[in-house]
Amino acid sequence: MALLGANGAGKTTILRILAGLIKPSAGTISVLGLDIIHDIQQIRRCVGFVGHQSYLYEELTVLENLLFFVRMYTVPHAHERVHELVQRVGMERRVHERVGALSRGQVQRVAWARALLHTPHLLLLDEPDTGLDREGSELIDALLAEHIAMGGSVLFTTHLLERVLQQSDRIVMLGSGRVVYNEETAGLDYDTLQRTYREVAS
Amino acid sequence: MAWHGHVCLACTCHLQFYLDLRVDNISAVAPGVLWIAFIFASLLGLGRTLAAEREQHSMDRLLLCPVDRKAIYLAKLLGNLLFIGVVEIVALPIYALLFNVPLPAALLLIVLLGTLGIATIGTLFSVMAAATRARELLLPILVFPLIVPVVISVVRATQQLMAPTVNEPPWIGLLIAFDVIFLSISMLTFQYVVEE
Amino acid sequence: MALTKQATDIVSPAEEHLNDVDRGHPARLPIASLILGGLSCIGMLASIWLIFFYTPIDALQGVTQRIFYFHVPTAWTGMLGFVVMTVAGVVYLIKPDERLDWIARASGEVGAVFLTFLLITGSLWGKPIWGAWWVWDPKLTAALILWFMFIGYLMLRSYMGRTPESARVGAVWSIVGVIDVPIIYFSVLWWRGQHPGPQITSDGGLPPAAVLTLMVSLATFTLLYCFLMVLVYQLQRLQTQAQRLRAIVE
Repeated sequence: MALLGANGAGKTTILRILAGLIKPSAGTISVLGLDIIHDIQQIRRCVGFVGHQSYLYEELTVLENLLFFVRMYTVPHAHERVHELVQRVGMERRVHERVGALSRGQVQRVAWARALLHTPHLLLLDEPDTGLDREGSELIDALLAEHIAMGGSVLFTTHLLERVLQQSDRIVMLGSGRVVYNEETAGLDYDTLQRTYREVAS
Repeated sequence: MAWHGHVCLACTCHLQFYLDLRVDNISAVAPGVLWIAFIFASLLGLGRTLAAEREQHSMDRLLLCPVDRKAIYLAKLLGNLLFIGVVEIVALPIYALLFNVPLPAALLLIVLLGTLGIATIGTLFSVMAAATRARELLLPILVFPLIVPVVISVVRATQQLMAPTVNEPPWIGLLIAFDVIFLSISMLTFQYVVEE
Repeated sequence: MALTKQATDIVSPAEEHLNDVDRGHPARLPIASLILGGLSCIGMLASIWLIFFYTPIDALQGVTQRIFYFHVPTAWTGMLGFVVMTVAGVVYLIKPDERLDWIARASGEVGAVFLTFLLITGSLWGKPIWGAWWVWDPKLTAALILWFMFIGYLMLRSYMGRTPESARVGAVWSIVGVIDVPIIYFSVLWWRGQHPGPQITSDGGLPPAAVLTLMVSLATFTLLYCFLMVLVYQLQRLQTQAQRLRAIVE
């Protein structure tokens, strides 16, 4: 599902609430049948978040970071899982480098590895297409495809309308913190979408 | 950390000018001097971990994980304790030397309990104050009034050790009670402080 | 089209909240504050008459003792203020409602004022009686620490702004404080155990006239507290509204 909206509409806030970082001040939310207030720890176990920040420790190496987080999520066969993901994101050769010394694209890859460590049901992505080169983009598309093939869901925010039609089966738009548009992608064409988006964003 | 040890030492030496420490009044004043230096060093140590979390969202990488917030608090507390503890271990022998006082094992227990009390409150409030602009100023203002019971108990207990008197309340027992109370409150309320 | 249908239902969330905020009975409260203000005024006049003309002069301390009738009620209201602040904070943690936060902040401000008054009257009373502006006896030390707690609260809230995080942190602060202040009182008491401090209140019971005066004084100050609370609560409400409006405009 794609979440669109102007800056400040509340896209990142919703993602952060679903990831369990913010408590909602009103209303109820349920994720995978679990209530956001009472079952929040269980929700955190099933949710993976890739945002603007890396959510990694800059002073530690890639391997140390992933080993730490794999234990925080109590994933079985921790070492194997970490190595599996390190290979999947293509960081095997830089596994002993400090995260602070990596380039932005490399940090993003490690961030993705971190998000996928515990095979989450729901992936939350905050503008995943920013700052990536072609190789990175392809990697992400592959990771997403695998995730969806395993039965997972994805909620992502973006500004790029072109990819939205290809990648999502539902589009939701936010304006000033409220849902103003909620339709399935099937049957939508690019121009209508662009017009709608311009109306909402203004 | 060497810098903090230095501060401790400098504080201790400096205080003797303010307090005109002589051999005859040493046992009355020495515990106070020791603890002033320790508290000062503790606050600086707490402020340092504050600096590391200057960003509003730097706790997020931990908060995303399904880990109990009490555990996060205890981890932070342990980190602060270790930091302050190392400074104290270095400062104690020097202090004993400078003021010519003995260092019984019981003193280590008192130091541990006192530091625990200060660090418990300090850790809780360093996270609170981290979100504000005047954090280095705010932390001592917040912490000082609250640690008064711990300070009283710890200085009295140290004095008792050096020059025992009769009819004193059981300061070490009280210290343990205070530590337990502060630790419980901090652990239970930490989640409200750290989450948005 | 799906978009236009939903667009008409949109109300800016800020406006909606202001409407909610306005529903906070603006019609009722002016009457309450009028009543409380009137009662406080009457109470004050009665108290002053009682204190200065009715109560017998204390044998030991003379006329200065009359400060007692101002001093004790301010202690009472100061502590009441702290308790109200804490209770509002605790309930806020359970069910976040910003009106509770307004109560907490109002109580913090009013309580701080009363406590400042307490320290000043205590000092003024102490000077002629003990010859010193301040002594470190348990009651005074605990009062001073309580004052620091209030000031710390106000500073903390001021620096953190008007956010839910600020409200939660304030609540935690008052919880820690409400448990800590009695502990502080007792630890200072035990610390000073060997050296009994100067007596503030006279030994033995008070004559009935004095008791009456004290009761009236207590009641008056409590009314004054309530009156001020209503006013400052409204102030908090307006300040929050103003901040929201400013945010919309920017």
